[in-house]
Amino acid sequence: MSDAGTGHGFGRMLVTVYAVFAIAASARSLYQLATKADEAPVAYALSALAGVVYVVATVALATDRRRLATVTIGFELVGVLLVGALTLVDEGLFPDETVWSEFGAGYVFIPLVLPFVGLWWIRRTQEADRGQLKAPRTHTTRGRNH
Amino acid sequence: MTDAVANLVALLAVGVAAFAGWHTVRRQPFSNPLFYAAAVLEIALLALLVGGCIALAGTSRDVDGVLFVSYLVTLVVIPPAVVLWGIAEKSRWGTGVVVVAMLTVAVLCVRVLQIWKGTNV
Repeated sequence: MSDAGTGHGFGRMLVTVYAVFAIAASARSLYQLATKADEAPVAYALSALAGVVYVVATVALATDRRRLATVTIGFELVGVLLVGALTLVDEGLFPDETVWSEFGAGYVFIPLVLPFVGLWWIRRTQEADRGQLKAPRTHTTRGRNH
Repeated sequence: MTDAVANLVALLAVGVAAFAGWHTVRRQPFSNPLFYAAAVLEIALLALLVGGCIALAGTSRDVDGVLFVSYLVTLVVIPPAVVLWGIAEKSRWGTGVVVVAMLTVAVLCVRVLQIWKGTNV
């Protein structure tokens, strides 16, 4: 794994935030499905789906699988925008909260910001990798490592 | 009493987060004092787990036990996991990781208190 991989430098922190959401979303949905699945099946199934997507995105970022990371993070972006809009239009659609409800307001809007940061980071590390083809250097150890 | 304990642990976590953030801003790698700070927090979280379980067994109120204990266990797991994850990264972001995790610990502490008091959703 190269030093410019998505799991290093700033990416290390990004992976951590993703891991927090992966655990939060999947643990929450497991609990919801186990204890009160019949109350709001759509919301809980959605929580579970969001949880799985976060888990896959976390692993993809940590292991530098860019395509997979891009697809899962893109899915998140669509998910948070779509569910966020739907919860504003019709509150009855999701009787219980999910991570994506109201654009992630219950999680200080981090679910809304995270996909943008994730996609930016994938782009940025890709450019860094291209730059490395000419002159290999470790860009995360010193100098301008944002 | 329980309010004070949970809030104190949350404050401690915020303190460790600030200390780690100071490392991040100054581009310092993981230091020994930071390791000890995380260790102190871990001891506090272990105490919270044990104390929480005892309090849960002794209470007559209707507390969601599964949720409560799973939160406490998650809290105990976070610091060791993040220290391993952070030390492996030699750039400034190795401690940035600790900032994220410690803020998470603080939020979870507040959630644990809400679950204990039954004020959660």
